[in-house]
Amino acid sequence: MAYLNDEKIKQLTHQANEVRQSIIEMLVEAKSGHSAGPLGMADVFTTFYFHILKHDPHNPDWEERDRLILSNGHICPVQYATMAHAGYFPIEELKTLRKLGTRLQGHPHRTSLPGLETTSGPLGSGLSQAAGMAYGLRMDEKKNWVYCLMSDAEQQIGQIWEAAMWAGNNKLGKLIGIIDRNNIQINGFTENVMPVEPLKAKWEAFNWHVQEIDGHNFEEIVNAVEEAKAIFNRPSLIIAHTIPGKGVDYMEYRYEWHGSPPGSIEPKGAPPKAEQAKKALEQLRTLGGKITSEHQ
Amino acid sequence: MLNKELKLVSENTLYDRSKVEQLPIRNGFGEGLVIAGDANPNVVVLCADLSESTRAQTYQKKYPDRYIEVGVAEQNMASLASGLAAVGKVPFISSYAMFSPGRNWEQIRTTICYNNQNVKIAAAHAGVSVGPDGATHQAIEDIGIMRGIANMIVFVPADAHEARRATAAAAKIKGPVYIRYAREKTPIVTTDDTPFEVGKAYIYRDGKDVALIAAGPLVYEALMAAQVLAKDGISARVINCPTIKPIDEALIIKAAKECGAVVSCEEHQTMNGLGSAVAEVLARNHPAPQEFIAVQNRFGESGEPNELMEKFGLRDHHIVDAAKKAIGRKK
Repeated sequence: MAYLNDEKIKQLTHQANEVRQSIIEMLVEAKSGHSAGPLGMADVFTTFYFHILKHDPHNPDWEERDRLILSNGHICPVQYATMAHAGYFPIEELKTLRKLGTRLQGHPHRTSLPGLETTSGPLGSGLSQAAGMAYGLRMDEKKNWVYCLMSDAEQQIGQIWEAAMWAGNNKLGKLIGIIDRNNIQINGFTENVMPVEPLKAKWEAFNWHVQEIDGHNFEEIVNAVEEAKAIFNRPSLIIAHTIPGKGVDYMEYRYEWHGSPPGSIEPKGAPPKAEQAKKALEQLRTLGGKITSEHQ
Repeated sequence: MLNKELKLVSENTLYDRSKVEQLPIRNGFGEGLVIAGDANPNVVVLCADLSESTRAQTYQKKYPDRYIEVGVAEQNMASLASGLAAVGKVPFISSYAMFSPGRNWEQIRTTICYNNQNVKIAAAHAGVSVGPDGATHQAIEDIGIMRGIANMIVFVPADAHEARRATAAAAKIKGPVYIRYAREKTPIVTTDDTPFEVGKAYIYRDGKDVALIAAGPLVYEALMAAQVLAKDGISARVINCPTIKPIDEALIIKAAKECGAVVSCEEHQTMNGLGSAVAEVLARNHPAPQEFIAVQNRFGESGEPNELMEKFGLRDHHIVDAAKKAIGRKK
C-alpha cells in the first residue's frame, strides 16, 4: 500500500460514487435493508477494497490475503457493492440482495459468498473473531493484517469490551479496528439512546492505540492505516467520523434512514416516496448538482 | 449379561457400587485433549478462568503455547474460537456448561454453527450432580439448546474413558461439536477397548421387554436398573447413546420394535434432551410407550450429588419403576 496521489484520489472518488449508486439501486430492488450506514461507509470500503487490502477477487481464499471482518453486518450493502465493483462477482448480481436463493443474504453469510470472512448480524462479535484470527495468524508467524469494521452503537455491547480487553492484553499489533462513528442508531442519536463517549479514552484505557479521522477523506483513511501499521506492540483503533446517508442530501444526518430503504418512509425534508430513489441517484450522478450527468 | 463384543468392564465388580471403579467424567476431557493435541499441532484450548476444574489444565501443562486464557468472558471466548478456526486452528472452548453454552448461545449459533467453523464446545459441570454449588451452576438445559442448532453434533459420554474417546473424536470432525461432561466421580462402565463411533448407540446389555436408552452418568444407573428388573423377571435392554445428535435412529427403532416400550434416562431437563430426541424418532417411525427419567421442569438445588440424584428421580430404582410403567402401557 502506498500513500495517495491526486490521480488515485480521483479514482477513489469516482469509485465510491459508483458504489453509492449501486447501494441505492440494490436497496430499491430489495425493498428493505439499511441505507444510512452503507452510504456513510462507502468511502472507507472503497479505500479498503481499492487501495489498502492485500487481496485477490479472483482467488478469495488466497492465504496471504488480509482479513476484513465486518462486525456490524447490517451495513452489508456497502460491502456487497464494493466487492462487486472490485470484481468478486458480477455487478448485476447486486439486484438479488435479500431475495430467495441469493448469495447476498440480508446479513452477510460467509459460506454463501466467497470473499466474505465471516457471518455477522447480531452485533458485537466481530472484534472477537478478528482478534482470534490475528492471534492464530501470529501463532503461525504469518504477516496478514486483520481489520475489523464496527459501528458506534455496537460499542454499547459488552462483548466488544471483552474483546478489546483481550486483544489489548495480548498486544495484537496486526489487529486494526475501525469504528464507523456516524452518531446514529435505530432509535435515534447514539448520545441520546446510550452515550458511547468518551470513546477515544475508553479504547486507550484498554491499551489500544487510537486515532480519529474524517471517514470521507481518502488521504486521512490511508494515513491512519499506515500509522496503525507502524504501531506494532498493541492493537490500533481508528475512529472514522462519517455522515450517515452521505451523498443523498435528504438522508444525511438523519437516523430515520438507519434501517429503511429509499421509498419506504417520508421523514421531514424527504421527497415523496415515489421520487426518493430517482432523487438519490440523480444527486449521486451529478455529485449533488455540481456536474451535469452523462445519464441525463 | 453385558455385551461381550463391546469389551465393557467385568460384571463381577460392575453391579457392586462399593467395588466399581469411579472417576470424574471431566478427567477424560483433559486426557482426550492431550491425545488430540499430540495428533494435531493445530489443536488449541481456550478456557474462561476454570482450567483446573474443567481439566483443561491437563492440556495446558503439556502444551502451554497452545493454551489460551480468556478470563471470565464466555461470549468473547466463543467468537475468538471462531476466528482461530477461520485461520486453521482446531479450538476447544471450555468452561462450565451453565456459562458456555449457557451464556454464549447466540455467539455459538451465529459465529460458530451458522458460520460453520471448526470449534468444539466442551462443557464441564453439567447436570444436577454438580452438587453443593446449587442451581445457578447446574446446567440441565444445555443439550436442548445445543442440539437445536443446525450443523451441531452433540456428545454426552457415559464415563471418563468414553469422555476421552469422544474428545479425541471431536478433534477429528470438521465442524462444530458440543461435548458435555459431569463433575462427580462416575462409575466406569467402558474400557480402553470399548468402541466409540460418531452417531452410534450401543446395546450394552440385551433384553426384550423394555429398552432403557441412557446417556452420561445415567448409563450406569440404567445398567443397575436392568439388574434389579432381571430379578423381577423383566428383561431390559440397556442402550448407551453417547451421540445425541445425529442420533442412532436405526438402533432406537429396532429397540422399540423388539422391546415395545422405552425409558429414556438422562441428567437433563425432561424437555429437549435425549428423551425428546428419542421421542422424535419414535413418533416418526414406530410409536411406543416412553417414560422419561429426567429433571421434571424445575431447577436444581444445593446438596450432595447422590442426594440430588435421589431427589430428582435419577437413580436406578426410579428407572425400575419407570420401566414397569412403560411396560404396563404396552397395548
